[in-house]
Amino acid sequence: MPAVLLLLLFMLGPVLWSIWGSFTNAALSGSAASEPRFIGVDNYVALLTDPDFPNAVWLTVVFLLVSAVIGQNFLGLGLALLMAKAPKAVRSVVGTTVVAAWVLPEIVAAFACYAFFSSDGTLNALTGLAGIEPVEWLFAYPMIAVILANIWRGTAFSMMIYEAALNDVAPEITEAAVIDGAGSWKRLAYVTIPMIRNSISTNLMLITLQTLSVFTLIFVMTSGGPNQRSTTLPLFAYAEAFGLGKIGYGTAIATVMLLLGAVFSFLYIRVLKPGGSS
Amino acid sequence: MRRSISRAVPIILILTLGATGCAPEGSGGSENADGESITVAYQTTSAFIQVDALMKKAKEDFESANPDVTVNLEPIQAEENDYATKLALMQRSPDTAPDVFYEDSFRVRPDAEAGYLLALDDYLAEWEDWDTGFIDSAKQAGVGSDGSTYAVPMGTDTRALWYNKEVFAQAGLPVPWEPKTWDDILSAAETVKAAIPEAVPFNIYSGTGMGEAASMQGFEMLLYGTEDTLYDDDEGKWIVGSQGFKDSLQFVSDVYVGGLGPEVAEALDSNYYQQLNGEWYPANQVGASIDGSWIAGNWLADGPTPWPEWSEVMAVTPMPTQDGGEPGATSMSGGWTLAVGAGTDNPDAAFDFISTALNKENSLSYNVNASQVPVRSDVAEDPEFTESSPVSGFFSDLVEVTNYRPTTSDYAEISGNIQQAMEAVMTGEQSVDEAAAAYDEAVTSLVGEENVSQG
Repeated sequence: MPAVLLLLLFMLGPVLWSIWGSFTNAALSGSAASEPRFIGVDNYVALLTDPDFPNAVWLTVVFLLVSAVIGQNFLGLGLALLMAKAPKAVRSVVGTTVVAAWVLPEIVAAFACYAFFSSDGTLNALTGLAGIEPVEWLFAYPMIAVILANIWRGTAFSMMIYEAALNDVAPEITEAAVIDGAGSWKRLAYVTIPMIRNSISTNLMLITLQTLSVFTLIFVMTSGGPNQRSTTLPLFAYAEAFGLGKIGYGTAIATVMLLLGAVFSFLYIRVLKPGGSS
Repeated sequence: MRRSISRAVPIILILTLGATGCAPEGSGGSENADGESITVAYQTTSAFIQVDALMKKAKEDFESANPDVTVNLEPIQAEENDYATKLALMQRSPDTAPDVFYEDSFRVRPDAEAGYLLALDDYLAEWEDWDTGFIDSAKQAGVGSDGSTYAVPMGTDTRALWYNKEVFAQAGLPVPWEPKTWDDILSAAETVKAAIPEAVPFNIYSGTGMGEAASMQGFEMLLYGTEDTLYDDDEGKWIVGSQGFKDSLQFVSDVYVGGLGPEVAEALDSNYYQQLNGEWYPANQVGASIDGSWIAGNWLADGPTPWPEWSEVMAVTPMPTQDGGEPGATSMSGGWTLAVGAGTDNPDAAFDFISTALNKENSLSYNVNASQVPVRSDVAEDPEFTESSPVSGFFSDLVEVTNYRPTTSDYAEISGNIQQAMEAVMTGEQSVDEAAAAYDEAVTSLVGEENVSQG
């Protein structure tokens, strides 16, 4: 019971405040800062007509699908499968390397990525050795840079979830499949994947929510720029709420993010039906 | 021409400050049983250390005069926009609101309306220096929309063209340089580009990363040299759809898209100011730029990047109007102030601290070190100031042609929209007309149809 109360206090409280704030004209300064007024759905109406909003939603969905659902998820699964067969030494070296990116504080990871992709950074130094002209990654390809950074940082999480899940797959079942003549791809598709379906669903849900809220990484690397070409919803909310001082408008964007997260969670639960027997 | 990777450092600091709940010890006041304390918040960066020096000196002076009051200095390591955000967040809660803070003059009105600032009229009436020392026109910087004074100006500033004489001579341009129109500036930049391809021919701050510097040193230095302005003071309306606005954006586009400025990626980096003035100018890698009186502060002996030869290499000339029309030159003035938090437990000590920090002696050394235009007549006349820098007289004289930003409370947000329009144009993502239309739409939706007029 106390746990539920704490959960309500720390989770539901801010959520309700955000929803309430999105119906006001609360601001960082000016007369609206001392006495915010209730303005109904004006913020949402303004959001729908704001040309920057569809841009931010689109970039958020791209970021989510490419970096989390495709990148982290598949790379994590692939690593877990390969490591299940690898010798112990390889396993510990690869495991440590991948997990290192994940245990770094986000700000440190973000700074490392900035240093890697910046114009006189590691990546250009490496490609320079091969005689390739330096590229302003963060400026010319901001989304690619932040997507790669998020894959680098987040893959360890998926890998660990899948490693644990694969350990639970009883070896007798895969052995039986081998005896039935199933190749390794067939074993993966018809035996392993269905058996770890619950973990896939949980993993997708968790990395989606984590990726949806990625802020520091993008802020440090590109600040959402240039010209909003990497402004995902959290960056957009920050720019509006704190850059321009429109707290009410920023909370409306945050509420939209909340809805987006709910939609994805709902999809995973419906499509993958965790908890059901296979 | 390398791009530094130190840009993330201030961000790290902001985020760690944010993560610790924005509540350093001693905030808000007088919990100390043995004596009282006040908290003073101000901005500092690796390239901007003059206010830090002023505050440390003022703390020493104040504590020796008032042994029972402790001054807690709370420097905020951040660039201008992030500083403003951080300060506003601190002001929102009485637990974290500082007693005294460093505040940009254009934020005085909105912050006074938000109830963050204490009206200082009663204190100022008893402060002799206010009547005898401060220049009347400069006092306007601290006046709120209700007519009360909420802040004490520390100095003002003007803006003009800076250029590197050695680069100009190398490019075969005449020195002294006397551009009469915008086209003269662009053609000089083209000459520099042709002669010294690796140098940055001309700089104008632009884009959201540069914050208010882009709006003021950049866009408004152009716009106020056209027939148009941002705001019609007489009617109290914002001007949209003006030709001057588009022409100013076109100039930005000519510089960046036309290849006469720095690389766009460099110009959008939030550490750009420091690179330009601290590294590239001293290395003779920049032709000219529009900037404030204060950039000489970078190069003084106790500045962040000392450059003893600056006074021989660098020169200044007024920013011309678009076509050389009257009055021939233009400038913009702003300036920073010190203000007292509305929720302070210790208003007397807080105001005393300000009057110590801005007494003649401290104002003088601050105005000299930060290359400010003084707001105290006794400082402006002091030989120590007039002889401090070869350009101090030049910048003080520009007060005659200077302009001030609109003093309405929505300026800060509109300024953000100007920066977005500049960024869209400089990156080539929008045409001048598209960016101007987007600005018009944003301003109209912000202030309402009834508060705009067609330029």
